[in-house]
Formats: sequence, C-alpha cells, structure tokens
Amino acid sequence: MRYTLLLHYPEMDAEALGAEALAEGQRAFASYAATLHQAGVLVSAEVLQPSSSTTTLTMVEGALAVQDGPFADTREQLGGSFVLDVDDLDAAIDWARQAPAIEWGAVEVRPGAVFTVDGAWRPNE
Amino acid sequence: MSAGEVHAAAERTARASYGRLVSLLAAPTGDLALAEDALSAAFEQALLRWPRDGIPGNPEAWLLTVARNRQRDTWKSAYNRAFAPLEAAGWEGRDAMPADEPDVDAMGDKRLELLFVCAHPAIDPGIRTPLMLQTVLGFDAARIAAVFAVPAAAMAQRLVRAKRKIKEARIPFTVPDRGAMPGRLPAVLEAIYGCYAMAWLDEGWEAAAQGDGPEQGPDLSGEAQYLALTLARTLETEPEAWGLAALITLSMSRRPGRSDEGREFVPLGEQDTSRWDASLLAQGEALLGLAVPPGLPGRFQLEAAIQAVHCARARTGLTDWAALHTLYAALLVVAPSLGAQVALAAVAGRTGEPASGLAALDALAATGTAAGRAAVAAFQPFHAARAELLARSGRTAEASAEFTVAAGLARQPAVRNYLLGRAELSRLG
Repeated sequence: MRYTLLLHYPEMDAEALGAEALAEGQRAFASYAATLHQAGVLVSAEVLQPSSSTTTLTMVEGALAVQDGPFADTREQLGGSFVLDVDDLDAAIDWARQAPAIEWGAVEVRPGAVFTVDGAWRPNE
Repeated sequence: MSAGEVHAAAERTARASYGRLVSLLAAPTGDLALAEDALSAAFEQALLRWPRDGIPGNPEAWLLTVARNRQRDTWKSAYNRAFAPLEAAGWEGRDAMPADEPDVDAMGDKRLELLFVCAHPAIDPGIRTPLMLQTVLGFDAARIAAVFAVPAAAMAQRLVRAKRKIKEARIPFTVPDRGAMPGRLPAVLEAIYGCYAMAWLDEGWEAAAQGDGPEQGPDLSGEAQYLALTLARTLETEPEAWGLAALITLSMSRRPGRSDEGREFVPLGEQDTSRWDASLLAQGEALLGLAVPPGLPGRFQLEAAIQAVHCARARTGLTDWAALHTLYAALLVVAPSLGAQVALAAVAGRTGEPASGLAALDALAATGTAAGRAAVAAFQPFHAARAELLARSGRTAEASAEFTVAAGLARQPAVRNYLLGRAELSRLG
C-alpha cells in the first residue's frame, strides 16, 4: 500500500536560514532517506525548489494562462514529497512522524489511489 | 417454528454477536460498510430460511458464512468489472474464504481491534462515539442521530465518510502494543464514556427512569457499560479501563434513585439509597478494586472513586465530603476541567462554610479569558452549585435568581422543573 508524505512548511531562503541550519537540514533529509531506503519502504522522494520558482498554468475562459508563482498563495507551501510502500496507515504515520520537516511544518499522509508501472495504471493495494 | 420465535432468535444473535461478526468480516480489508451490508443480508436470509429449516446449531457461524459469501460475490463482481477484458485467473488465488463452516470461537474476538479503529487518531473525534454505536453495537444512523440531536441524513453522511476513510487510508485492525497504548487508549475510553454521557442527556432515558415501560428510549448506559467491560476484560491490566467500567457501573447503580413515587427528579443528596441497585453497586465496587495503577490513579479511576464515595452512603448513611474534596483535587491535577473545578468548589462549600465554596465559584467566574468566562456563564452545573450554596447561606433572593438561571440551562425537563421548584421555594423562604 502506497502513501505519499506531503511536506508543507513556511519557505525560508538560504540567507535567512543560515549556512549552518541549511547544512543541518540537508543532513537530516539525507539520513531520513537512507533510513527509509534501508527499511525497504522508500519508493521515491523529491524536495522541490521554492515556490518563487514555480509557474502555474490555468485555463481562463478557454485560453491558457501562464502565471508566475504557486497555485495557492499560503504561508506554508508544498516543499517536497516521499512516496512510501508500507502495510497500513499506522506504519505510514510512524515514518511520517520521523520526517525532519515535522520540526518546521506539517506532514500530510495521503494514501495513493492508483500509480503507473511502465505507463499503465495499477490500483494501490 | 413460529415467525415470532425465529425473529426473537435472530434478534438475540444480532444483539449478542453484531460487533463480533462485523469486526471479523471487516478486519481483513477494513471495509466496514461492506461488512455491515453483508451481515444485514445474512440476517435477512436467516429470517427466510430459519423458519423453514430450523435455527442452526451455531447461528453465529451460519451468519458469518452467509455474510462471507455475500462479501465474496461483491468482490468478485467488482474485480470482474475492473478487469473484465483480462484473464480473471488471479481471482481464485486471491480467494481466501474457507468452504467449510467457520469455527467462530477459534477466530477470537476482533471487537477490541474495532474499538481502536473507531477511536483512531486519524478519525475525527466527533464521530468516534457514533461509529462505535453503529459498528460495534449495530445502532442505525437514525437512532444515533436522535441521541446526538442532529439530522439523520447528516449523521448518516458523516458515518459513511468515516468508514470510507478507514477503508481508503487502510487503518489497521490491530490493538496497539504496550508502547503505543498510552497514546491510543484515552481516545477509546473517551469515546465509550461519550456513549454513557449521551445516555444522561438522552430524553428517552428520563422516560426509562420513570418506568414508562415499553416506550423507553435507547438505553445507552447499558451499552456503554458493555463496551467498557469488554475493553477492560480484554486488556486485562489497564487500570483506566477498569476505572471506566467501574465509573459507569456505579453511576448506573444509582439511577433508580433519581426519581421516586412523588418526584420525577430527586437530587443525589436526597436519594433514598434503598432504591439504588445493590447488585450493580457491588459489581462497580469490585471493578474499581481491579483497577490497580502502577503510579497515580488516572481520570476514570478518580471519577469512579468519587462515585464510590457517593455510593458508600448506602452502607454508612453519610457522605464523606472530605474524601470527595481530596478526590476532586486530584482529578483537577490529572484531568483539569470546568466540571471538576465547579465540583471541587461545591464540595468545599460542604466541608467548610458555604461562603468558601461561593468564593471559589465567584473566582472561577471572574478569572481567565473572555471565552473562558463565557463558558462558565453558560455552564449549568456552575449555576446549580452556586444556587445551592447561596440557599445554604440564607441568601434567599440571590439563590432564587440563580436557581432560575440553572433551570433555564437544564436539558432535562425533570431537572428543569426541580430547579424551578427550588427557585420558588427560595423566593418564599
């Protein structure tokens, strides 16, 4: 059963964060990913660039609108995701509470519905 | 065999086995809605077949087998719909249903797992008690909605949503291990206590207390006691689970004293202890004795102990106010609540001068945030306790006004009438 951990947190640029805190954060993410991998539960993971570098596409009255910035303008932004393959919600919650991002934001645990294998959809079970 | 006898047998089995069968059916997949549908189809079958074929030797096993067949049919057709063009060769391999009659007793009891699913942290706290009432006890949504005073359609929708979450997020049917138990048990106790608290607020209960016969409302306190006992017996050594079972049982034992021939509501202090249910009282005291905490007693043990002090009046003829004071003070440390603060002040007004209790109540109303003060002003027990202490101080005009306020906030008509009577007495006094 696949779950995606969605990491939401207030964005801080490298300058505001400071070199030391940045390095500390990177170490924590590296060790978290390694632990997940060793446990055989990590499907994939991605940390995103800040929302200042994102571009949002919408259809406005039939015409494509391309805009600078994130879809939802909120203090917390989607900063990254981990896809895990575990038995049940309790196992997913157990991994989620160990995510370094829990220190500075929210971790959402979302069960997957379907995912692709070689371009074909497969139910999550 | 008459249809009536079959109905009675089916209802007996439904009452005794509903939660057990639902949890056995739902545990492998987490699909509670399908388990409930399959079980109700099995009950329908029973009402058709048992009059003709006789009641089976093991009605539970019969129902489980029929319900499982129904579940399997549903899965099969869902699978065929989803993968119709594909070879359905994998299906038979996925089919783990035994062909023979299942040995229900050997399969154990999954109700405890179901209680932990209903009170899982990922489930909205407001729907946990209704979910238990429906899946463990078999109450329908309309009946639960009536008890919670919400529209039936809204309650049904919230129950459906919660069950979908359990299935789609795959909340496991497991009992937390020792390490996780302290984090998970309070929510289960809280939800079971919720069943009991609803019983006190339930208007139908008032009718039941007056012995109105067959037109009684749903007796949720008996159901809550059953859940608490199931939990305590299965966990064996959780003091708070025994505490909750004791609390509910002791509180139930005093119920017959809440009214008498002349009065529809009798306050605790004036209740004739010979009307209390002596066997429930003894059972409650025994249950409290089973709660042996390794450290400080928890919230439910303290509340049960408070009940036990009140119940002891049946033997001693006296209320030990000093003991109540100690217990409420401890309760405030373990589980601070407005109710416990008001109760402690009321007890202080009985152990000492009424003025000291009044001072504590007035301090409660004058401190804290604006929202906190508003909560105090709207809290019925605060006004009832204050009115009582004012009356004891001889401040009759103020007592009368405060009894009127308390009456206006009372949910039960019998209590409202009693308080209005006290307001009138104080006014004349």
